[in-house]
Formats: sequence, structure tokens, C-alpha cells
Amino acid sequence: MEKRVVFRGWWLPALLIAPQVIVSTVFFFYPAGQAIWQSFFIPDPFGLSSRFVGLGNFEFLLSDRFYRASFVTTAVFSILVTLCSMIPALFLAVMADRLIKGSGVYRTMLIWPYAVAPAIAGVLWLFMFNTRVGVVSWYVGNLGYDWNHVLNGGEAMGLVVVASAWGRISYNFLFFFAALQAVPKSVIEAAAIDGARFWKRFWTIVLPLLSPTTFFLLVVNVVYSFFETFGVIHTITAGGPQQSTTVLVYKVFSDGFVGQDLGSSSAQSVILLFVVGLLTIIQFKFVEKRVHY
Amino acid sequence: MKKSLLGALAVTTMLSPVAAMAQTEVQFWHAFTGRLGELVAAQVEEFNASQSDYVVVQSHKGNYSETLNAGIAAFRAGEQPHILMVFEVGTATMMAAAGAVRPVYEVMAASGADFDQDAYIGAVKGYYTSTEGDMLSLPFNASTPVLWVNRDAMAAAGVDPDMDLSTWQNVDAALTALKAGGEECPLVTAWQSWIHLENFSAYHDVPFASQDNGFSGTDTELMLNGEAQVAHLTAMGQWAQEGKFIYTGRRNEGGANFRAGDCALFTESSAGYAGISSEAEFDFDVRPLPYWEGVGNSPQNTIIGGASLWVMEGHEDEEYKGAGQFLSFLSSSDVQAQWHQDTGYLPITAEASAATKASGFYDENPGTEVAVIQMTANETTANSNGLRLGSFDQIRGIIDEELEGIWAGDKTAQEAMDSAKERGDALLRRFETANR
Repeated sequence: MEKRVVFRGWWLPALLIAPQVIVSTVFFFYPAGQAIWQSFFIPDPFGLSSRFVGLGNFEFLLSDRFYRASFVTTAVFSILVTLCSMIPALFLAVMADRLIKGSGVYRTMLIWPYAVAPAIAGVLWLFMFNTRVGVVSWYVGNLGYDWNHVLNGGEAMGLVVVASAWGRISYNFLFFFAALQAVPKSVIEAAAIDGARFWKRFWTIVLPLLSPTTFFLLVVNVVYSFFETFGVIHTITAGGPQQSTTVLVYKVFSDGFVGQDLGSSSAQSVILLFVVGLLTIIQFKFVEKRVHY
Repeated sequence: MKKSLLGALAVTTMLSPVAAMAQTEVQFWHAFTGRLGELVAAQVEEFNASQSDYVVVQSHKGNYSETLNAGIAAFRAGEQPHILMVFEVGTATMMAAAGAVRPVYEVMAASGADFDQDAYIGAVKGYYTSTEGDMLSLPFNASTPVLWVNRDAMAAAGVDPDMDLSTWQNVDAALTALKAGGEECPLVTAWQSWIHLENFSAYHDVPFASQDNGFSGTDTELMLNGEAQVAHLTAMGQWAQEGKFIYTGRRNEGGANFRAGDCALFTESSAGYAGISSEAEFDFDVRPLPYWEGVGNSPQNTIIGGASLWVMEGHEDEEYKGAGQFLSFLSSSDVQAQWHQDTGYLPITAEASAATKASGFYDENPGTEVAVIQMTANETTANSNGLRLGSFDQIRGIIDEELEGIWAGDKTAQEAMDSAKERGDALLRRFETANR
């Protein structure tokens, strides 16, 4: 015997979901559809004429070894950004959770970096690591290390990862902190009475209970590192040196808005859409199985 | 007086409805900030004050790439300005957009303004002129690369500041001596592709791309992996490895190093004059860009960088008249001579150059004439007219990447340039397809 409430009429539910449907249509389905449509053409920049090339744009991209290499760069970049923004955030949240005095100040300070726009964060970090006037590069120079992210690809990657992850730590911190507050005190106390030390309790009780939050943040951070980091890359390295920090989304931007090659840029967005879609499906299929709600 | 006040008001408040009602408005989008932005605003103000029929409204739209993009996006939305500043790299893109731009010679003819194409300096005009010899856009700010010398740094390293640096052979010897004398940054450059490949090719009279560097058609291929270019980049790569050439970035980052007195030699645009003369606390010289003695037909002439003004389609006849009047005002001898002296950009007409010379400016400011002489010393050849390549902003990006491979010691100059050609050609083919 199933008890289910049935609402009569269609206009109220339609009205209630309408805002969401309209927003999704205007800001997602319509532009995404446009991108898919445009990816079959090579238009001129001014939109005066357009040449249908079928899958030509995709062929052009996938036969370009530099574009393929950009997938590897993106994977490295995304993994690093996700790790560098989640692990410190979790650590800070655990520490803040144990604070008795002054946790309010501590929390507020930790949230601040999130208010800094990516492009500005990029400029700030660039300034600190500037090869000529940067404080950090001056300091490591005194220690005998010649910092030069202008020519050294590894250093450039490190710098954009840190700059991208930095503001993100705040965001992740907020979620972890809230989740930690929700861990039942009684369970922790019971474990403590049984003689479990802090780290033992953390690994066996707290971390599993945090798993829904961790999973949510994993998905959100991967999407962030794919789509929202181009401001940082644009201001710090512009994809260089050579191609060491050219991630997929940066290439979409530079081909579309610097090169005016809207066909290729659209095709790249479509590829990116599929890649991120696929990643999210994988995450939900395989990672979510290990999540305890 | 009242009119000039109105004009000034319109300029400062961007959109003054009072002025717009009485006068025909002409929108002018440009990419200049700081001192250059002020000078442009002053020119516009002067024009508005000089007559009562038209009012030019200038707005800054970001850097060169951003301004071009703003213009293109505006055109797609039907909101384009009358006059758009486009940097030289975007020339091929604009030329290919026949339905979006109205050639300057047509605008001038229709507006009845004074316009004599022959008055413009050949190497400047050539860049913006169609194969039929018609001027499509109005050259506005044009510069060419020169060698800047920090005399104090040379002396400090025990090198004669007056030594002949006209050839790269001599510069090579100077770099070795500077390094031996304890100089940590003997050579630095700005705009590496523009100076060490594009201008290098023109200066040595070797092709940068087929089809006369793209002037004769869009079916062009890069030829920057030629013997002369590779030899030059090999030498520079060697200098980079030995710490004689310091790489600071793709744009003009090196300018900060040079102006602070950190570097001895600096290859940079002649338009670096404004910044260097105001900031440098050391004795400096402007010398002609060095060439390799015995390579190609050197020294030929160098080519320009900078921007030109394009008139966009889709406006009223009366507005085009105003645009024509304004462009005519900008290229008048007085305005040009002043602009040249204030900024270090080249005078775009022979008359403006002569006027500057007559005023004694070159004698009072030694070195400011170097760029003019270097540009106009010889009749231009098919290799030294300039470049007209589609997607060239992106191709420069590719060249930058490959050059970084050389400076880092990851690639030989030949490997890097072969790769740049292969990648650049792919983009040229796409451009050809898009504009067939």
C-alpha cells in the first residue's frame, strides 16, 4: 500500500519550475545549442559569411598534437588544483573546529580570499613572483634558487595552480567546516571513551561522515578548475612558457576572443562540454558508491 | 568659445545629449591609455573645437586585441562605431571583411576632405594599401624597432659606449665584453616576434611568408624557417644559454628592466621613447636596429608596428562626412608633427617629417630621427612592405611559444621554426577557408 500525495492541476507546478527552466534555457541550453551549431561552421569574424564544414573543426582540432597535449596539461592542472584546494581546506577546517576561542575571527580571515576575483588573484600572485620585483622570487633568489616562471614550465604550472587554488581554499573550508559541525558529538565522545586518539577518530569516523561533502566539493572543484581558472592563467602566464599552462578552456578563450576563430572555439567548447559531462558521470557512477549519506 | 566648450564637454562626458542634438556625432574607439590616451583626447577636443558640424566622441576599449574584439562584437550586434583603431596585426582580418569596413579613400572622396595618398611615407602606407594602390585605412600610430643603449652600463662594464653597434657581429662582441665586465643583463628585448623575426626578415630582405608576405593573396605559407632567420635565432639562443640575452616575456616586459637601468642593450619600438626618456636615470642612446653583415640584402628597411584607423560600414552619409573630416584633420601636417614629437611614433607624412626637422626637434633630441631614417633609407621591396597574414595574432602566439623553446634550450632554432611554420600554416589555411 503506497501512500503518495498527488497534486491536481498542472499550472502551479509549471509556474513553480518555470524560473529554473527559463534560467537554464537562457543561460545554458540556448548558448550550448549555439555552440554546437557553430561548431559545424567556419565563420568569418564579422559574421558576414559562414562556411559549413561538418565535422571539419573537430578533425582540425583532434589532428593537432598541441591540442591533444592540452588535455594532459588540463588533467595535471585540474588534479593539482583540486588537491591543493581541498586538502589544505580540510586541514584548516579541522583545526578551526577544534578552536574554542577566537574561531570567529579565524573563520572570517579564512573566507576572505574567496572574495578576490580570479584575475585579481592572478595579478597579486604574479606580483609576488615577478622575476624582477617580486618579494618571493627575490627571497628564493637569496636562497640561491633562480626563480623564472617566464621560461620554466614547471614553475609556471606551480604558480598558476597555487594562484587558482588559493581563493578556492576558502570556499572548500566553508563547506568542510559546516560539515564538521554536523558530525554528532556523541559518536566522537564514544570513540574517545573507547580510547581512540584524534587521528584515529578522524580517519575512521569524521572522514567517512564528511564523504558527501567531500564528494560534492570534488565535483564542484573539478568543474571550477576546468572552467573558471582562465582569468588566473590569462593574467599570469597567458598559456606559456611554450604551452606548459595552456589548458583547454584557455584555448577556447584565446582562439575565440584573440584569434576570432569562432568555429574552432565553439568546437572546443563542445569537446569540453563532453569531457566534463563524462567526468561527472564517472564521478557519480564510481566515486559516489563510496559515499555514505 | 561656447562651441569649443560644448565640444570639450561632449568629449569629457562621452555622450552629451545637448551637443549630439545640434551636431552629427562620430564615434571613435581606440586602445590608448595613460599619456597616449590624453594626447588622443586632446586631438579630438581640438578637432571638435575647430568646427561646429560634427562632434567626435572618443572611447577607450582596452588593449589592441580587446579593442578589435569590441569592434567586431559591436558590428555583429549592429552597434559598431564609425572609426575603429585596429593594430597592424589585425590588418588582414579587416581587409578580408569587405562588408564591414568602408575603405578610407572612399570615405575621404565622399567627404570632400583634402586627401593625397602620395603624401604618406611609403613604408607606412604600404601596410594599409590594397593591391590596387588604394588606401583602406588611415595609418595613425606607427613605430619601428631600434636599439636602445644604456651608456652608463656599458661604461661600468668597461665597454666603450661609443662602439659601433650597427651589426649583430659587433653586438656579439659587445655582449661578450659586457658579460666579462660583470653585466648581468647584457641584452633584453620587447616584442620578440615583431623585432627578431618580422622586422628581421624585412631588414635582411628575406621573405617572412610566401605571396609577398601575404600581400598578393591569402594562399600564403610562412617562410620564417629560412636560413637567415634560423642563423639569427641560433645566435640568440646561444646568447640566452650564456646569460648574455635575458628573456623577460612575450610583450614589452623587458622595458621595466631597461628603464630601471638593469640592462645594457634593449631592442624595442621607437615609441619606447616617451617612457625611457621620462624614467631612465642614466645616459641612453638610440641606435639603428643591428643587422647581420653579409646576410641577405641588409640593411634594407624595417617595417612598422602600431595601428591604423578603419571606418566601419552601416552609418549615415552625414556621419561619414564627419569621419572623413576628422581623419583629414588627424593626418594634417601640424597634428602629425606634434604627435611624432610627443610620442616617438613615426610621422606618417613626409611633410610632417620635414616640419619636425625644420623645427630643430631632431637636433635637440638626438636619436629621435633614427627610426625615420631606418624606415625610409631604401625603396621597399616585396619582402619589406610589411605583412598581411590572417589569424596573425594567434600565429604570433605560436611563434612566441616556439621561441621560448629556443631560449629555454629545449629546441634548436631550426626545429622551433619548422614547428612554427607547420602550426602557423594550419591557421593560414583556416583563414583562407573562412574568407574564400
